[in-house]
Amino acid sequence: MSRPVPVLTASGLVKAHGRTTALRGASIELGAGEILAVTGPSGSGKSTLLHCLAGIVRPDDGSVTYDGRRLEDLPEKRLSELRRTEFGVVFQFGQLIPELTALDNVALPLLLAGTGRAGARERAGEWLERFGVRGQRDLRPGEMSGGQAQRAALARALVTGPRVVFADEPTGALDSLASEQVMTALVHTAREAGTAVLLITHDAQVAAYADREVQLRDGAVAQLGVTA
Amino acid sequence: MIGMSTRHILLGLLATGPSHGYDLKRRHDERFPQARPLAYGQVYTTLQRLVRDGLAEVEGTDSDGGPERTMYRATEKGTSELARWAAEIAPPAPFVTNEIFAKVVVAILAGGAPAAYLSAQRAAHMERMRELTAVKAAQSADLATVLSADYALNHLDADLRWMNTTAARLATLTAEVDAA
Repeated sequence: MSRPVPVLTASGLVKAHGRTTALRGASIELGAGEILAVTGPSGSGKSTLLHCLAGIVRPDDGSVTYDGRRLEDLPEKRLSELRRTEFGVVFQFGQLIPELTALDNVALPLLLAGTGRAGARERAGEWLERFGVRGQRDLRPGEMSGGQAQRAALARALVTGPRVVFADEPTGALDSLASEQVMTALVHTAREAGTAVLLITHDAQVAAYADREVQLRDGAVAQLGVTA
Repeated sequence: MIGMSTRHILLGLLATGPSHGYDLKRRHDERFPQARPLAYGQVYTTLQRLVRDGLAEVEGTDSDGGPERTMYRATEKGTSELARWAAEIAPPAPFVTNEIFAKVVVAILAGGAPAAYLSAQRAAHMERMRELTAVKAAQSADLATVLSADYALNHLDADLRWMNTTAARLATLTAEVDAA
């Protein structure tokens, strides 16, 4: 199978947190519409890599290119606009706003992007439907199961039609059946929308939903068959 | 499903009523989609052995307009044997880890590259897990398919975890093998 055109490329990323070096020259390529799993033991730099790729953290060295633009060259204002319009992010705990209903949580990114209230709520409802949680639209995150809240968080990440979704251990707090529902919904929806997904996980059964796997070890990509 | 008893599977299929070999083969392949399809020869040999051991008997023949087929049914002894087998726990034995472990140790002994072998084996396991996940996630998958894919996925996952731990312990293992 030929690899899709890259939408996001990182080369030689280095990032230290105080005295700990999380990334030591990590290079990675995410194809347009590709679902890529990044796996590796704890402390291998998976989350730091995601933060650099998503423009949340600036690397100490190396470069991240999105759609021909180097993220390190962009001023903060442009970078945050890019994050809002082109990227979606989901964490282990979906970070939905506890005071808002599922529907209002999903509508929020659209409201921030200037969509009118009625239109935003209507589209939010459609996205909840795609993730099988329309019935929970009026519930607050605390009133939903973990799997339902995580599916609402995915709907919120995808509602603006991003080209890339970053998911950091999205099923980390779920049991295996809820995890399966979340992953099936994510994969089906991302494929339908042509959205690329960078999926961070330590769980091989979750990584198996991806098209391809990249393993991190000690802050760099482990090469297949090469002794560390 | 490797090593699963064909005798008992056929007895189980006969539990719903008399049947002939062709029908048993078809129902087996439908019911256990992840298992290797049964060969006709294997079905007939197994049926003959069931009859020899008094677990099944010939019910008669049925032509149904086509070629004549021998119908079989389970005997009382067959039914109780099936109940015994169904209640018996499977030995909680490791699966492929013995072979992988043997290869890792041999690689160490022969001065090969055990880490590279483990990494390649891990990639092969992941590839199979992606295939099984795709089978299971397909909208056309019925529950029997999903459950047997789940079973295989969980076992492959267990092997994979074991390989990860072994890779992390390779330095210690190498020292032990070399010292012995």
